[in-house]
Amino acid sequence: MNNTDIVKQSLKKRYFKERLFKTMGMLSIVTAILFLLLLLTDIFTKAWPAFIQTRVELTVDLNEADLGIDAQSDEQAIMSADFRKPIRAALLNTFPEVTKRKQKRELYSLTSMGAEFQLRDMVIENPQLIGTQQTIQFMADDDVDAVIKGTIDRLLPESDRRVKNDKLGWIETLEASGQITTGFNWHFFAAGDSREPEMAGIKGAILGSLYTLLVTLALSFPVAVAAAIYLEEFAPKNRFIDFIEININNLAAVPSIVFGLLGLAVFINFFSMPRSAPIVGGIVLSLMTLPTIIIASRSAIKAVPPSLREAALGLGASKMQSVFHHVLPAALPGILTGTIIGMAQALGETAPLLMIGMVAFIVDIPQSVTDPSTVLPIQVFLWADSPERGFLEKTSAAIMVLLFFLIAMNAIAIYLRKKFEKKW
Amino acid sequence: MNEAVLNGLNEPTMKVQSNRETEDSLNIEYTDTVGQPLCDDPKISTRNVDVFYADNQAIHDVSLDIGAHQVIALIGPSGCGKSTYLRTLNRMNDTIDICRVKGQILLDGHDIYQKKQDPVLLRARVGMVFQKPNPFPKSIYDNVAYGPRIHGLTRNKAELDDLVEDSLIKAGLFQEVKDRLHAPGTGLSGGQQQRLCIARTIAVQPEVILMDEPASALDPIATAKIEELINELKENFTIVIVTHSMQQAARVSQRTAYFHMGRLIEVGETDQIFTNPSHELTEKYITGRFG
Amino acid sequence: MKISLMIFLLLIFAAFSYFMARQKITTAYRQHKSKHKILTLPKYFGYVAALSSLIPALLMMFFLQMVEEPYINHEISSFISSSQFDDNQDLNLYMNEIISADTPEKVAALSAEKQQVHQRYMEIQTTTDRTQAVIVLSLAILLAVWAFKKINTDTPARRVFERIVEGILLLAASIAIMTTVGIVFSVLFESTRFFGEVPILSFMFGTEWSPQTAIRADQVGSSAAFGAVPLFVGTMLISFIALLVSVPLGLMSAIYLSEYASQRVRSLTKPVLEILAGIPTVVYGFFAALTVAPFIRDLGQSMGLSVASESALAAGLVMGIMIIPFVSSLSDDVLSAVPQSLREGSLGLGATRSETIIKVLIPAALPGIVGGVLLAASRAIGETMIVVMAAGLAANLTVNPLDAVTTVTVQIVTLLTGDQEFDSAKTLAAFALGLMLFITTLILNVIALHVVRKYREQYE
Repeated sequence: MNNTDIVKQSLKKRYFKERLFKTMGMLSIVTAILFLLLLLTDIFTKAWPAFIQTRVELTVDLNEADLGIDAQSDEQAIMSADFRKPIRAALLNTFPEVTKRKQKRELYSLTSMGAEFQLRDMVIENPQLIGTQQTIQFMADDDVDAVIKGTIDRLLPESDRRVKNDKLGWIETLEASGQITTGFNWHFFAAGDSREPEMAGIKGAILGSLYTLLVTLALSFPVAVAAAIYLEEFAPKNRFIDFIEININNLAAVPSIVFGLLGLAVFINFFSMPRSAPIVGGIVLSLMTLPTIIIASRSAIKAVPPSLREAALGLGASKMQSVFHHVLPAALPGILTGTIIGMAQALGETAPLLMIGMVAFIVDIPQSVTDPSTVLPIQVFLWADSPERGFLEKTSAAIMVLLFFLIAMNAIAIYLRKKFEKKW
Repeated sequence: MNEAVLNGLNEPTMKVQSNRETEDSLNIEYTDTVGQPLCDDPKISTRNVDVFYADNQAIHDVSLDIGAHQVIALIGPSGCGKSTYLRTLNRMNDTIDICRVKGQILLDGHDIYQKKQDPVLLRARVGMVFQKPNPFPKSIYDNVAYGPRIHGLTRNKAELDDLVEDSLIKAGLFQEVKDRLHAPGTGLSGGQQQRLCIARTIAVQPEVILMDEPASALDPIATAKIEELINELKENFTIVIVTHSMQQAARVSQRTAYFHMGRLIEVGETDQIFTNPSHELTEKYITGRFG
Repeated sequence: MKISLMIFLLLIFAAFSYFMARQKITTAYRQHKSKHKILTLPKYFGYVAALSSLIPALLMMFFLQMVEEPYINHEISSFISSSQFDDNQDLNLYMNEIISADTPEKVAALSAEKQQVHQRYMEIQTTTDRTQAVIVLSLAILLAVWAFKKINTDTPARRVFERIVEGILLLAASIAIMTTVGIVFSVLFESTRFFGEVPILSFMFGTEWSPQTAIRADQVGSSAAFGAVPLFVGTMLISFIALLVSVPLGLMSAIYLSEYASQRVRSLTKPVLEILAGIPTVVYGFFAALTVAPFIRDLGQSMGLSVASESALAAGLVMGIMIIPFVSSLSDDVLSAVPQSLREGSLGLGATRSETIIKVLIPAALPGIVGGVLLAASRAIGETMIVVMAAGLAANLTVNPLDAVTTVTVQIVTLLTGDQEFDSAKTLAAFALGLMLFITTLILNVIALHVVRKYREQYE
């Protein structure tokens, strides 16, 4: 038997292995893709109800006697008036058969705790409403919301159902009379955090993220670009520079939570900076994103051809002038791309911010970088931890908002790279 | 043997035009090339070979026979397509996505670009030695044993040992490395590395060995050893060698083919080509007017 | 005086001296009328003049700010101890109360003696503020005047300016070192305090972890245990599961994409991996806790296994998926660094693609792959959000992936997110854990980066 025959004989088995190996490679990729799809669909399906708000339409009688104020009252007086009364009266009007105290309490919980504030804000805006009858769409309670969206199954036996038969009956009556309406949940984007799922919004977290990122950008961009310029263009070859480079590479791989410990020990305890504030969060995140931006900026600067530098130097420009007038502008698109990617990383970062107290429950919307606030990923974390069923959809919705910002940032980065990509 | 298995499954990027079903028709008239491109007892015969890289044609209509048990040298200025042509002979070009081959290439009368031809089997029969020595980062022994192992050429350790020793002896390397067979192959000198690569190729016992400028990265003494080796190897193998050195071609080959701009200009007995070239371009090249 | 106001004034001084110096040089040039000579642009003289007053003044300001607080504290505490006030209270708490009284209402709420201290505090603060402002501003003015007098057309203004800028650039580059030093000091300092209370050996080798200290000494369970072995084991277990998922999948994906896939498939799948890499860890944590963990629990129960609802398996699995893109991009780099000639050498001998990959490419790339795996391990060990959300809190010493375990990072978060006094052993323990985490990942990173660099040099 000659060699050719031996090889031929071995081929069947070898090609089987070949196909097996290739299939394994393909399966690996498919696994990753499937997981991504699974994750996204899971979150999307959980999130959509959060973007829809359920409202209960009631006709309230804003008579002066009940409220104890009139059209001439000042804001202070209106603020302290009891707006629960007209809403409760309206509910009792709709369901006159309810008389027992316990049942009444159940009835009152058809509308959200936020309904009275909704009414109050309307009256403050227009005091002329006092003394009139108004038909208003009030925010529904999260249980009503859940029934309407089907997250609470009406067909379950009463004992397994969160919403009992009485309440379900009222909801169905309201539904039949067209008093329950749904619409896009603007409130979600206009409010701060709350203990009540239907009242909670992410405006506070979005602004907190914005302030934090602004601080991060303001600190990390100039420093990173300066460091990259120095290391690429001016640094001599010596041990100190080697040490800097080792440090940068190593910092890029240090767990983010360690940066949080740094922030806690140095900025909060040693420098007594405010806890939970975007300014501290921004500083910590900028230390964390520095290596990313430095590394990206360095490769952008490295990609600028030496001929450009030489042309400037040949005209008698100093090294500094050639760098700042020619190299830096040419490298800027690459640097910006790296910066946006670094910022996207910072936007999604959670752990270090937990350490510096941005995990507090904060209702107020932050007005400046020193106000206590939270950020989007931490809002996700907080809501995910919350036992209330209604927060599940809020969490998923917050994740969608977070992903939206991340995708937008990455899209900008890709656009910049495509637009300014130069082949030297 | 199952036909489907032989379908070249391991070459997903193959872009070879292979819609031909027959492999016997050699009825192509040849006119362009000067000299004797064809011979009586060809091991490999190529007819009207065109090679394209995407839209650039690198080889134009080359027809050449390679006789059994002889050394044929391919010479020509750099970029003339001699390496590209060489790589079509064992389908190494398949590894390049954008490469397409047209025409017929027959090994022992069978078209190697035919669909059912298996490139793995082909390369076991037509071995290749590359320009830069490329030993695997393994021991000397494992380098040589690699081919026999993957092809299952030996039945046991003793046979494999014998085959490795035999190949190293044939490659003229055994005396130098017999005490350190398990030292890494990358630790050898450049010339030794190249002989190791030749030993590695011999170990598979191919019928044809393709050599792509095997001595171009070596010093003169190592080069002399390789040339000596080629002279010995021609007893058992058919050798196609690409070289940029005319002296080397003159020293090692029986026939010489001159390539120019992707065309085969002239083929003949090596003595005749170097003493009495027929084509003007060949003459200009061997007298050093360009190249 | 407020810092922002001071900085604003300093900037105005700087702008003023810039224009003055520039004017001086422009005038001087005009008088000389030496048009044939190449002159340094007047703006560089302006920059030098401005920076020579601005930089020292800013440095002085930061220095004074740094010493201000210790100085005030020292003054107040000596005032407190020199007076007859009750000295039993914790001085720090006492000071905090005084300092935080920043509105008249709060001051009025203080006790009479504290009001006195508060008044003293306000006095000291006003004096130091004034002194500070006077020192900084006069330094700025003095330097500005000196620079203006000193500057003339012979000053090598451009070179001086460029040296200053180079210095600033170097300073920016050194921030990496300062950050590392900051990390080391902050974790080391608090850790030594912790090891003063809890012996280092019982921390490193103790097998019981229950950091809850009772508030009163007579309460049940008042003695806290700080044996970190269960945390180390838990961390390793979850990281090991994560690597078990991510290394084969990541490596095989990289191999498939670089060696088999067509250009089209590659351009479609690479973005998927990038998206996977870009998803925030908190999202993975949410998914692990609310979808994967219940799924695994139910699956286990249907097979008759008892699975914890916060099983190590769920956290490890999701973490593994998260690290796939990381492993795959590192492997991709490493594989593409293997010279093409080795591939051709193997294919030329008649090896199939998979034989070439398994027997030549992977052995050749092994150091690089090992380096990548080490980096991935360091990533897994330091990952926080997934385990905080999906792993347990109870420190079980087990290697059963179906049980709940806790990790180093989970404990750091739990110990530091409650309202805690900063000096308790409980919070200090978080820093000791942070130290362990930092050291472990540092060692892994340094080895990995070294291995990868050596590997690259081999083929360059």
